[in-house]
Amino acid sequence: MTKMSGADIVLESLKRLGVDVVFGYPGGVVLPLYDRWPSHPEVRHILVRHEQGGGHAADGYARATGKLGVALATSGPGATNLVTAITNAMMDSVPTLFITGNVARNLLGRDGFQEADITGITMPIVKHNYLVMRPEDLAYTFAEAAHIATTGRKGPVHIDIPKDVFIEEAEFEWPSEVTIRGYRPVSRGNPAQVKRAAAMIDAAERSIIFAGHGIILGGAAEELRSFAEKTGTPILNTLLGLGSIDPGHVLAYGMMGMHGSYWANHAASNADVIIALGMRMDDRALGRFEDMNPTAKIVHIDIDPAEHNKNIMATVPIVGDVKEVLPQLTEAVQSNSHVEWLRWIDRLRVDHKSSMSVPDGTALTTQYVCTRIAEAAGPEAVITTGVGQHQMWAAQFMNISRPHQLITSGGLGTMGFEVPAAMGAQVACPDRTVWTICGDGGFQMTFQEIATMVDERLPVKMAIMNNGYLGMVRQWQELIYQDNYVSVAMSQPDFVKLAEAYGIKGILVTDQSQVDDAIAEAHAHDGPVLIDFRVEAEGNVWPMVPAGASLSETVESPDEVDALLGRPPKAVPTRTGAAR
Amino acid sequence: MKHTVVALVEDRPGVLNRVASLFRRRGFNIDSLAVGTTEQRGISRMTIVLDGADGIVEQVEKQLYKLIDVVKVSDLTKEEAVIRELALIKVRCSPEQRREILDLVDIFRAQAVDVSPTSLMLQITAATETLDAFIENLRPYGIREMVRTGRIAVTRGARATAVHEREAAPAERFHEQAGRRPEEDALPYVSK
Repeated sequence: MTKMSGADIVLESLKRLGVDVVFGYPGGVVLPLYDRWPSHPEVRHILVRHEQGGGHAADGYARATGKLGVALATSGPGATNLVTAITNAMMDSVPTLFITGNVARNLLGRDGFQEADITGITMPIVKHNYLVMRPEDLAYTFAEAAHIATTGRKGPVHIDIPKDVFIEEAEFEWPSEVTIRGYRPVSRGNPAQVKRAAAMIDAAERSIIFAGHGIILGGAAEELRSFAEKTGTPILNTLLGLGSIDPGHVLAYGMMGMHGSYWANHAASNADVIIALGMRMDDRALGRFEDMNPTAKIVHIDIDPAEHNKNIMATVPIVGDVKEVLPQLTEAVQSNSHVEWLRWIDRLRVDHKSSMSVPDGTALTTQYVCTRIAEAAGPEAVITTGVGQHQMWAAQFMNISRPHQLITSGGLGTMGFEVPAAMGAQVACPDRTVWTICGDGGFQMTFQEIATMVDERLPVKMAIMNNGYLGMVRQWQELIYQDNYVSVAMSQPDFVKLAEAYGIKGILVTDQSQVDDAIAEAHAHDGPVLIDFRVEAEGNVWPMVPAGASLSETVESPDEVDALLGRPPKAVPTRTGAAR
Repeated sequence: MKHTVVALVEDRPGVLNRVASLFRRRGFNIDSLAVGTTEQRGISRMTIVLDGADGIVEQVEKQLYKLIDVVKVSDLTKEEAVIRELALIKVRCSPEQRREILDLVDIFRAQAVDVSPTSLMLQITAATETLDAFIENLRPYGIREMVRTGRIAVTRGARATAVHEREAAPAERFHEQAGRRPEEDALPYVSK
C-alpha cells in the first residue's frame, strides 16, 4: 500500500473506475486536485466554459455510451452551476458522477468565500451524495458512488470534498467489492408475478407495450423485440424510449404522449392490457392520469419499486431489470398474434397520418430540416436536441432507430441541454457524426461551449432551428392563451458571424432548396459547424394533447383545441401566415 | 388513517435531513418523528407517524427505501405492536389541588417527578390515546409547559424489525467512519 495525497487518491480512483474523461472547471478549492492532474494523464480533463455545460456534457457522454459520465466543479458558484445538470441527470436516470470541491474542513459552516452547502442543496436531486471528511474515505466513497450511479435505477451521485482533504495524505486502499446494506437493487422478476403477468398477456385481445428509457438504459432492445414478436404486441415509445425499436419494424407504432401520434395515443387508450416497460408513467407520456385508459389491466415492469403505483395503479407490478424480466416473461407467455388489433391501429395510422407529417410546399420548416438531416446522417449518427418544438419534431421525424441515437432532456425539459450534451456525446463517440438540433432560444443559453469544441477539436454539427420565437411557448400562447403573445419573440444575433467569431464554419440557410447542400457541406467539414436555418416562424407541433387532457383527447387542429377547451371556433383567422 | 412506520437507518450525518427532505419533497405529512440508537452500532431507528391513505403510505415506504442510508422500513400499523409515547407535563397546582391531581396520576399510572408550591411536573408513558386523555384531564388546572416524545413502537412476539446480517468488514468500517469529523479535531465553532 502506498500513501498519497487526497488529490492523487481521487485521480487514482477515477482510473480504477475506468473513467477516461472529466468535464471540469477549476477554482480555488480544487487547485490541489488540478496540481496533481499532470501526473495522471490517463484521465483526460476537458476544460468547459461553464459548469452547467460540463454537467450536461457528462450527461451526454453517459447517454451516448451507457458509461459513467463525470463532471467536476469548484466550491460555491461552481457547484451551484451544476445544479441544473444534476437535476437533469436525475430526472432521466443518467449514470453520472459530480465532484465538487468545498472550503477546508475548519471553514465549513462559517460562510467563507465561495462556500455553499452544496450537499444540502443537491440532496433531493441526486441518487446519493457524500461529504468526504477524511482522505482515507475517498477511495471507498468513489467506488461506492460509481456502484450506486451505474446499478439499479441509474442516476447522478455527488461527492463533495473539502480543500484540505485533497492535500492530506492517506493510504490508498481500493476496495475489492462494494456492499451497501441499504442498497440492493432487484434485477430478476418475482416468478409468481411474472406468471400472473403472462396469464394476463395471454388473455389479452388488444395488448400494447409502452417502451421507455429503461429499455435503453438496461440495454434491453433485443429482449424487447423478442418479447413483442412472440406475443405479437404493438410497441409505443415514450420520448426517451425512442430507439428501443426500429421504427421500420412491423410492430413499431412510434411515439405516444403530448406530441405523440394520433394512432399511438388512441391505441394506448383502447388497449385492454398495457405492458409498461422501464418507464415511469410520466404525465407528458400519459396525459391526465385518471383518464389514461381506466379499464386496461396494467403490467408495469420497472427497476424502481417506487414507480409502481406512484402515478398509475398497476394490476401486476414487477420489480426488476427489463433485461432480465423480459426474457422471463417471453419464456412464460404463449406465442400469439393480434392481427385485427394491428389492423385497427393501422387504419388509424392511414387516416391520421396527415396530422403528423412534413408540411407540403416549399416553405423552410423544422420538420423538413429534421428529415433531411436524419436521412443524410443515417442511424449511426448521434442526435441531441434542446427542448421545445424542435425537440418534438426531431422526435417525430428523425427516424430514431437505435438505442443511444437520440439524446434529449425528457424529464426536466432543460433548454440549453443540446449543445453541451452534443459535445459530451462527441467526446464519447469520436467516430460518429454528432448533430445537435437546437432552438434559437436554448442555443443562446449554453453556446459558450463552442469554444470548448474548438479547443478539443470536437466536430459537432449544430443546426439552429431559428424561428425568432420561443416556439413551444408561442404555440401555447396561440392555442391556449388565445393569441396573447407575451415575451415570446426574440431577436437573434447573426449566428453565422457568431460562428466566425469562434473560428468555426457558419452557414446560413433561408430556403428549402439550400438545405441538402448545407448538410453536405457540414458533413464534409472536419470541424464544428453551425447552420442557421431560418425556419417558418409560426408552425405548430401536431398532434397535441393539451396539458391536463387525456390521451384519448388528442387534437389535430386549432379548432379541435378550441372545441376541447369549450370555446367557440374563431370566425376569422386572426393571424395571417400562421401555419394552422 | 394514522400509520406508524419504522425505518432503520445508517447512523450518519445528514440522514435525518434526507428523510425530512423526502417527506417535504413528496408532500407527505409527519405527525411525529422519534429517532434513537438501536441494539446495533451504526444503526438508528426512526419511528415516523403519518396520516394518509394506504397508497400514500406505500409510496412513503418505497421512497424511503430509495434512500441509500435507509436499510429497512416496515409499517407497524397492521401488526401487533407495543406503541408508546412519553410526555412531561408541567401543570399549575396549588398545595390544595395537589391531592386531586395525584389521584389523576394514579388513575393513569403516571408519575409526579417534580413539585413546587405552584406547580407539579408529571411524567407519563402510555399509548397515544391514553396520553391524550390524561392531558385533557389536566387541562382545567392549566398546563404551563408540555413535551411529548412522539410514538415509538416495537412488534410483539419474537419477530424483529432489525438488521442482523453480517456485513463485509471493509464496508462496516466505512459505514462507521464515513463522513464523520475526526474526533481529535475540534468542531469549527468551538474556539480553542
